[in-house]
Amino acid sequence: MLEASNLECVRGEKSLFRGLSFRLAAGACLMVQGANGSGKTSLLRMLCGLSPPAQGEIRWKGEPIRRLAEDYRGELLYCGHAGAVKDELTALENARISATLAGAPVDEEAARAALRQLGLKGREDLPARVLSAGQKRRVALTRLLLEKRRLWVLDEPLTALDKAAVANLCGVIDAHLAGGGMAVLTSHQDLPLAGRVEHLRLD
Amino acid sequence: MAETGILSALGAVIRRDLLLAMRRKSDVLTTLFFFVIVVSLFPLGIGPEMGMLRQIAPGVLWVAALLASMLSLPRLFAADHADGTLEQMALSAVPLGVLVTGKIVAHWLVSGLPLALLAPVLGLQFDLPADALGVMVLALLIGTPVLSLIGAVGAGLTLGVRGGGVLVSLLVLPLYVPALIFGAGAVESHISGLGATAHLSLLAAFLALAAFFGPWATTVALRIALE
Repeated sequence: MLEASNLECVRGEKSLFRGLSFRLAAGACLMVQGANGSGKTSLLRMLCGLSPPAQGEIRWKGEPIRRLAEDYRGELLYCGHAGAVKDELTALENARISATLAGAPVDEEAARAALRQLGLKGREDLPARVLSAGQKRRVALTRLLLEKRRLWVLDEPLTALDKAAVANLCGVIDAHLAGGGMAVLTSHQDLPLAGRVEHLRLD
Repeated sequence: MAETGILSALGAVIRRDLLLAMRRKSDVLTTLFFFVIVVSLFPLGIGPEMGMLRQIAPGVLWVAALLASMLSLPRLFAADHADGTLEQMALSAVPLGVLVTGKIVAHWLVSGLPLALLAPVLGLQFDLPADALGVMVLALLIGTPVLSLIGAVGAGLTLGVRGGGVLVSLLVLPLYVPALIFGAGAVESHISGLGATAHLSLLAAFLALAAFFGPWATTVALRIALE
């Protein structure tokens, strides 16, 4: 499904990695590991099509993602370091607006249910400004539940989450993989996933 | 993506940006106060010479509108860039051009339209006759979207650049000049009895051109900034 061949990433004068190839089939999860600055985020941004690889190609269902453009983005969910959570909006507004911007509008009930599932019951109508870092991260992660996408690309999804939330998130990812979804993620913490996890080391 | 999906996404971006502007009122009011203050200081400084005031009124109002619009430009994409929303927009199933168009429309509604609506009140200080005020409002209604459209290109190009605020003025001001000339010229030629049609038509042609190329160029600039 997702296939990367011979990728090279260049930052400034320095080549972070080269000759990187992997395949990701339906239901598989790829854990990208490496020290700080080894190019994990750069790789994830490449997989999303945000930045082009210096060399090599990324294909989705056999087609280069450059050519697929919006068709590929319709199957992709990227959750980066910045959570795209607006301080001025409430948790509920954030969840609904980010789903609409992604091209998958949801009704209020679905958004409330997603927020409750991630443990934000009673916080739905508070402005994100007063939420803690972990709670903001949970608001950002509601997109996983609201946007039905095949491929999840998650950059450090566990940042600022407590133990209960990590277990909760693992359940969500497991359910996604069991349903034939795919995930590429980076994490410095252990992510106790039930399914098989492939590892990719960048060093 | 179906056409209805694109239209609803366009509406959603406009509503979102208006909602954010409502929650961050000080940003919007800064632009409006700037416009009001700059325009109001001229009659006070020049004194009650009606002929002189009538003559300079169109130019003063337009220059103030230009500067006020430029004041709000750095904020157009900066907040969305900082909190990651812009990345999400670039990765949306909705084409980025549609979302950018929505942001430009919202920017005009917040920082262009109020200037056009305030202009007749401010024009009274310059002793402009009522029909000239009408032409002034019309010219601003056609001209301020041009400012938002061209400004968005500049804001996109300078996104994430240090000292972007200064750079954006250098980039955008020369491109604003046609809008200034035809906008202020419309009112002047109306007062002198030549009729404003020619100037307004040229201004509208400029708007058509900017509406066609602005969102596209902004989208390209934003994709480069995000790389």
